[in-house]
Amino acid sequence: MDLKEKLVSSFFAFEEQVDVNHSVHQIRTDALKEFEHLGFPSRKEEDWKYTSLNKVLKEDYSLFPKKDSSLEYNDIKKYLIHDLDTYRIVLIDGIYSSHLSSTTHDKIDVCLMSSALSKSKFKPLIDNYFNKINKKNSGINALNTAFSREGAFIHIPKNTMADKPIQVINFATGNESALMLQPRNLIIVEENSHVQIIERHQSLTENPVLTNSVTEIFAEKRAMVDYYKIQNDITSVSLIDNTFIEQQQESDCAVHTFSFGGKLTRNNLQFYQKGERINSTLKGITIIENDQHVDHNTLVHHIEPNCESHQDYKGIFDDKAVGVFNGKVLVEKEAQKTNAYQSNNNLLVSDKATINSKPQLEIFADDVKCSHGCTIGQLDEDALFYLKSRGIPEKEARALMMYAFANNVLESVKIPEIKKRINKLIANKLNVNLGFDL
Amino acid sequence: MLKIKNLHASVDGKEILKGINLEIKEGEVHAIMGPNGSGKSTLASVIAGKEEYEQTQGEIFLHDEEISEMEVDERAHKGVFLSFQYPVEIPGISVTNFMKTAINETRKAQGLEEMPAKDMLMKIREKSELLDMDRKFLSRSLNEGFSGGEKKRNEIFQMAMLEPKLAILDETDSGLDIDALKIVANGVNKLKNKDKSVLVITHYQRLLDYIVPDYVHVLLNGKIVKSGGKELALKLEEKGYDWIKEEAKTV
Repeated sequence: MDLKEKLVSSFFAFEEQVDVNHSVHQIRTDALKEFEHLGFPSRKEEDWKYTSLNKVLKEDYSLFPKKDSSLEYNDIKKYLIHDLDTYRIVLIDGIYSSHLSSTTHDKIDVCLMSSALSKSKFKPLIDNYFNKINKKNSGINALNTAFSREGAFIHIPKNTMADKPIQVINFATGNESALMLQPRNLIIVEENSHVQIIERHQSLTENPVLTNSVTEIFAEKRAMVDYYKIQNDITSVSLIDNTFIEQQQESDCAVHTFSFGGKLTRNNLQFYQKGERINSTLKGITIIENDQHVDHNTLVHHIEPNCESHQDYKGIFDDKAVGVFNGKVLVEKEAQKTNAYQSNNNLLVSDKATINSKPQLEIFADDVKCSHGCTIGQLDEDALFYLKSRGIPEKEARALMMYAFANNVLESVKIPEIKKRINKLIANKLNVNLGFDL
Repeated sequence: MLKIKNLHASVDGKEILKGINLEIKEGEVHAIMGPNGSGKSTLASVIAGKEEYEQTQGEIFLHDEEISEMEVDERAHKGVFLSFQYPVEIPGISVTNFMKTAINETRKAQGLEEMPAKDMLMKIREKSELLDMDRKFLSRSLNEGFSGGEKKRNEIFQMAMLEPKLAILDETDSGLDIDALKIVANGVNKLKNKDKSVLVITHYQRLLDYIVPDYVHVLLNGKIVKSGGKELALKLEEKGYDWIKEEAKTV
């Protein structure tokens, strides 16, 4: 039985574990039908031309792990931004860990999706927002919706600053020989409100894990959302991250994606601008080696006038690593005075590394400022000579240049502890002591 | 300090240096002058060890040690410093962090401990004041958006930080106004002592008013065709290079 059949036939077992009378269940049932129809994406689809899921789908994944996994704070501390006071939602093999988490319903709601689905006070929010921007005609998104029951639920009411950032961390313990996880996150930031979120997926053993995650983010009028994705997993795990952001007028949303490890990582990141004077920022640093694969697929949909979007993705690829950047900016006819900028710069450090970069601009308005640029190169020999002439050996000079290349993406990171952590991760990735404090 | 014997070098199969002989003793300042395309910058790059240039014949000794086979960074560790004619812009790395890395790598190669952070700061402060550099400058990305003059000043700042035994200044005067030129020359003169040597490569005489050479050599078509004292530079300034070309032809 292949994975698709296995998933479809396990839906009955899943239904025994959830409230089938909740309005969401009709959405799940419809989504299952959609998944049955569409299945997993194949390379025949334009958006998946450079990324094949075949190998990843071959494993015999457990779908509903047992509840016996326990972790202590010290097991997970190093995967947290632990020097920062935050709320935490920790899931272990897809199951909530209350003693590692720190949730709240005081002023803001930071809790579980399962809890939001079961409590009547959240019903209006669920009815209003759940599955409202999740992309249609996508088998993997439908699959996540069909099995949606757990994940993070974050609700910031009107005129509220979340008093501290929120970390959402999904651990896989390896208690199952192979595990498929499908977290479902819903984030609602109401008018004039502000939140910062850090998301991470981390496997603790070598057993294969496939995570198919869907996150829906709603930023209402003048809301600010600052989101960081840390992808630094081990090489037996794969992640398909689907994040959808709907912005209302004058809202400002930024997503930083740091992809430093994993067997296969696919980031589908889509922004929908539904008001005027919206600002959207998409930034990414990818540093991978061996036969790792990272695919960034972005969409910014400019629907209304006077909005901006800024995309800046940098990648460093060593050994036989493969990178994909497929960035689309779509400017509707009404979206006059749009200012859209997209940039994708890549360094190939080895002869066998690959990058497929495909910037796409589709512009139907006539008074816009849109630019895009894409570079693929090697380290500049003149710059290397310059560094070496100051006594910096070849290896360190190369590392320093790669560090410098990636580092300026961090300028827009607003949380100093994250900036420091990512700087350290970059230095570790490049395997070098940079000779100065980060 | 530096002894070059019958040095030949090519780039892309084209011979640029055609038998250079030069000896610079400790404490001496030598100037190499010559028209465009005579091989001045190539000579500087070959001494520093740029891989793009192939040394086809000859020897380069630094303190009686043959350095032709050494890597660029090893030569730097032995005390060779090249002030670049066109310093490279490197966004994403600050002047300060660059210098910390360079100094600590050099110390590591010399078997020394890393320089304590406090000493490093003191040194950076002292040398930046010597070159009249703004503090903000030090936290900016290396050479990024620097004016021509700022780049050159930054080169001499790096030289002051690294305290090389042999400093090669490749067209350091280009792009400098007279005030900056004086500051840069002052920086070089402060560094100079009886154990340290300077090789000034320049097109024009004006820098030599401030960094006074003991010897002046004229490089023409890959060879040193004439050597003399500092008065030779003045003569070149006045008469140009044509008379030397004529002289070289008759020889």
